[in-house]
Amino acid sequence: MVDAARKPNESREPLVRLSAMSVDFGRHAVLRDINLDIPRGQTLAVIGESGCGKTVLLKTIIGLLRPTRGQVYFDGRNLAALGERELTRQRTRFGFMFQQAALFDSMTIAQNVAFPLRQHTQKEPQEIQGIVLARLAEVGLPENVLRKKPAELSGGMRRRVGLARALALEPEIVLYDEPTTGLDPIMSDVINELILSTRRQHPVTSVVVTHDMRTAQKVADRVVMLYPLARLRPGEPQAIYDGPPQAIDSAADSRVSQFVRGEARERLMELRQQTNGGESWTNE
Amino acid sequence: MSSAPNILTPNTRPPLGGLLGRIVDWIADLGGLMIGWMSGLGNITLFTFGTFRWLTTRLPRKETILPNFYQIGVLSLPVVALTGTFIGMVLVVQSYMQFRMLNMETRLGAVINMSLVRELGPVLAATMLAGRVGSSMAAELGTMRITEQIDALTSMGANPIHYLVVPRFLACLLLIPALTIVADFMGIAGAFFYAVTLLGVDSHHYLENSQHFVGAFDLFAGVFKSCFFGAAIALIGCHRGFHCDPGAEGVGKAATSAFVHSFVLILFLDLILGIVLDGIYYALWPEAPKIL
Repeated sequence: MVDAARKPNESREPLVRLSAMSVDFGRHAVLRDINLDIPRGQTLAVIGESGCGKTVLLKTIIGLLRPTRGQVYFDGRNLAALGERELTRQRTRFGFMFQQAALFDSMTIAQNVAFPLRQHTQKEPQEIQGIVLARLAEVGLPENVLRKKPAELSGGMRRRVGLARALALEPEIVLYDEPTTGLDPIMSDVINELILSTRRQHPVTSVVVTHDMRTAQKVADRVVMLYPLARLRPGEPQAIYDGPPQAIDSAADSRVSQFVRGEARERLMELRQQTNGGESWTNE
Repeated sequence: MSSAPNILTPNTRPPLGGLLGRIVDWIADLGGLMIGWMSGLGNITLFTFGTFRWLTTRLPRKETILPNFYQIGVLSLPVVALTGTFIGMVLVVQSYMQFRMLNMETRLGAVINMSLVRELGPVLAATMLAGRVGSSMAAELGTMRITEQIDALTSMGANPIHYLVVPRFLACLLLIPALTIVADFMGIAGAFFYAVTLLGVDSHHYLENSQHFVGAFDLFAGVFKSCFFGAAIALIGCHRGFHCDPGAEGVGKAATSAFVHSFVLILFLDLILGIVLDGIYYALWPEAPKIL
């Protein structure tokens, strides 16, 4: 089933294309008119403030959420136009590392990593076990975690198991939802190194959603910043970090600069002005 | 300088004064409530159709089904048996004096066994299942929802209804008849023990009267109703979990609402099915004495 779903489009068109995509939750617009191409093999970092819709963007790319307007194309296919069965087949080409790993509490670590393999392949249990061990070794986890439950592991170990599970089916694209949030600097860097080594070992396209500038700088080929209500500002990671990128309007420029340098003073004043003006900044 | 906003009344609509304002507010609240109900009803209907669609197309693997059968069926046995036993004994305690005054205490078995087999057995087994299993399903699936485990399932190409709901639905549907029979049996045994051993009712006549009054159709009616109760418990518990609000409060509310909704639906179904089954009974045996 997995192999049948993987008929890669040989053209040079981007693996993922978002075309004028908007996502609303009821009356609340979360993403508006997003246009974004993600070329094959590229690692894209999406940065932005908390609550600006980064996770929604990822979930829309994999088809967990449907865009209110516009299209999401994956390998030339409009995901919104696919039936449930075909969408499920296409999802086997994705790996998704969730923010808190989202491991299944009721299963052991081995069962968690084996889950996609048992779900979508006809491999023998011995072969599955071999793949599980290989994936866990790739993320630096020893064999003795196999029989443990997720609750028995630390946050960093759970993230690594989440990554091993995301890679189990050798996906063509891996989506990372804030992979380093809540981890200490050393463990954050371990995750960053794993993202890089994953890319070296598997020919994958990656989308890393983060508000950790060190992660964006280290792992990404390209960085886009997602503003509240969704304008995208593309740039090279180093350019964004070192100074104002070219050809952006002054308001956006200032917002990028504040975000990248973690300067809160101007932002706080802006939020207070909005509040005094009757606008609720919490709606962002 | 603008005046401080009234944070206690988040409604931004300019208020209408007096009686007209109250009527408009009342109509708006009623409308909101109706829309909420209709939307909830539509939602659970689609959820139910989704479950039946998977039931008829592809059943889950046995590794997924068996743990649910164990959790829902085997682990519910002690509590259902215990409840059944005590209810049987309580019924004897409550009715013995009245029957004794009429010198009809040997008829106790007939009345108690009929109540147990047709009504109390199935309703009690279902209530215990709703309390033990329905709320646990809502809490478990609700936690899975808010910790993105359900999204993780979907992202790995597994359908959450097929993987999470269908096994629980099957376990409730197929095992509640067995639990009902256990509740019936234990209730009958408890009532017999209390009446014959502790109150000294003649066992021969007690059993003979029981046999004359309780028939196979009564047993069938109780077991038949229990299947509907089991289906309702599973669907409501899973639906509440799938649509759980974020946070610990959301999970708590989902668990509570799963039990309350299941219990109300069990009683409603009990009434409707009771009427339908009575209709069938009198259609099959028209000479049987009628209540009305």
